[in-house]
Amino acid sequence: MQTESKIRAEYGTDSGPRGPGCSLRHFACEQNLLSRPDGSASFLQGDTSVLAGVYGPAEVKVSKEIFNKATLEVILRPKIGLPGVAEKSRERLIRNTCEAVVLGALHPRTSITIVLQVISDAGSLLACCLNAACMALVDAGVPMRALFCGITCVLDSDGTLVLDPTAKQEKEARAVLTFALDSVDQKLLMSTTKGLYSDAELQQCLAAAQAASQHVFHFYRESLQRRYSKS
Amino acid sequence: MAQAAAVAAQSLAPGKARAARTVLDQVVLPGEELLLPEQDAEGLGGAGERPLLLNPGARSRVRVVCGPGLRRCGDRLLVTKCGRLRHKEPGGGGGVYWVDSQQKRYVPVKGDHVIGIVTAKSGDIFKVDVGGSEPASLSYLAFEGATKRNRPNVQVGDLIYGQFVVANKDMEPEMVCIDSCGRANGMGVIGQDGLLFKVTLGLIRKLLAPDCEILQEVGKLYPLEIVFGMNGRIWVKAKTIQQTLILANILEACEHMTADQRKQIFSRLAES
Repeated sequence: MQTESKIRAEYGTDSGPRGPGCSLRHFACEQNLLSRPDGSASFLQGDTSVLAGVYGPAEVKVSKEIFNKATLEVILRPKIGLPGVAEKSRERLIRNTCEAVVLGALHPRTSITIVLQVISDAGSLLACCLNAACMALVDAGVPMRALFCGITCVLDSDGTLVLDPTAKQEKEARAVLTFALDSVDQKLLMSTTKGLYSDAELQQCLAAAQAASQHVFHFYRESLQRRYSKS
Repeated sequence: MAQAAAVAAQSLAPGKARAARTVLDQVVLPGEELLLPEQDAEGLGGAGERPLLLNPGARSRVRVVCGPGLRRCGDRLLVTKCGRLRHKEPGGGGGVYWVDSQQKRYVPVKGDHVIGIVTAKSGDIFKVDVGGSEPASLSYLAFEGATKRNRPNVQVGDLIYGQFVVANKDMEPEMVCIDSCGRANGMGVIGQDGLLFKVTLGLIRKLLAPDCEILQEVGKLYPLEIVFGMNGRIWVKAKTIQQTLILANILEACEHMTADQRKQIFSRLAES
C-alpha cells in the first residue's frame, strides 16, 4: 500500500534517478492532442517520446479489405530520414500486438491505421511506441479485449537486469528483450530479443516485466481517469 | 487518495471482476470484467453479487442489455472501450448498461438521426457521407412527397438530415428522410446558409440529453435554427454570421465546462 503511493508520487515529480519502488523511468502521457485523427496520444518514457495518431474504423482500399475483420495498419515514422528495414520490422511487431487485442471482427471491411512519429529516441523505443499506440487506440474508442503495454529490459555482461534502459545502457548490454503484455492477466502478447541470454534469464526478465507492467497499467488508469474527470 | 489506489490495484489484479453496481459513473478500461447483480424474486433480501445465470433453464433469468463498449463474456460483462459506465433501469429486468466514451469517429446505428453530405448522385440513389467507414445510400423516393415523376431537388454537396433504417456492420448503411407515416418530420435537405461544424460524439449526446440546460440557454441569447446529428455534426444558423459564429463557439466550448462555469458564461453573454 505504502509503496503504491510512493510510486504514484514519483510519477508526477521528476525524470531524475529511478526510485526504490519503481525501476522504470518517469512516464508522462497526453491524449487527444491532435485535432485531425480520431484518437491521438503522446507518450514519454524518460527522454524517449513518441506521438501516435489513430484513424478508424475508416474507409478501406479494396485491395486491403478483409471481409470478416478490420484491416490494421501501423506506420512508424523515424525522427529523421525515411523509414528503413528496422522501422518496418518494428511496425510488424506493433501490428501483431495490436491485432491480438483489437476486436477487429466488430468492424469488418474497415481500416484502422496507427501512425507513430518518433520525437526523440533515448532507449526503449519499441516499448514506448507500444504504449503510445495503446493510449491512442483507447482515445479513438477502438474496441479492445484488453489494454497492452511494452516493457524493455536489458542484461549486462555481469547478468544484472535493468528495466526500461536508456540508449547508453541498451548499447552496452549483452541482451535486450522487449515484451508486450496484456492488462487482464499479464500474458505475453509479443516478444523480441537481441543478444545472448539463458533460459533462466529469459524467465527472470519476463517476471520483472510482468511486475513492471502493473505500474504502467496503473499509470494508464490514472491518466485516463484524469481525462474523463473533465466531463 | 490512498483508497483510490487500493481500488485501482484491486481491479488490475488478475481474475478479479468488480460488480457493475459499484463502478457506475466511474471510469472503466478495456479488459475489465464486471459482475451483474443477481435479481431473483426470492433473493431480494440477501442479494449478493453472484455471477448471473444466462442459461435459458434457470428460473432467475434477468434481461440485461449490453450497450456500446460492453460485450458478454460468459456470465460477465467485458468492457471494450474506455469511458464512464452508465446504467438505465427500465420498468422490469436488469436494465441497460453502456460505456459513455468520448470518441470522434461515428459508427452508424439504426434509428440515429444524422447530418450527411451528398457526395454522388447515381441513378436512383444518392451517396451520403456521414463520417462512418463507408458512405450511406439514400433513395430519391425516401423524401416527403417524392414520386417517380416528382424527384426531390438534391444536388451534390447538399446537407441532408435523415435517419438510418439499415445500419449494421455487414451491410451498407441506408438512410431515409421520411418517418414511418411518410412525413418529413423535420428531415430532408438543410437550407443554403448556416454553418456546419464537427464536435465529439459525447458532446452531441450531452447536448441532446433531456436534462441538459445548454440548449434552453442558447435559445435565450439569439433566435436560431439548429440541427444536431448523432454523427458529431451540428448545423446552426442565426440572423447574422457573427451570431452564428458566437453560437458555434459556445457549443464547442461547452464540452469541457462544468455546469457552474456554463452558467457564468451564459450570464455574461446575456449582459453584453
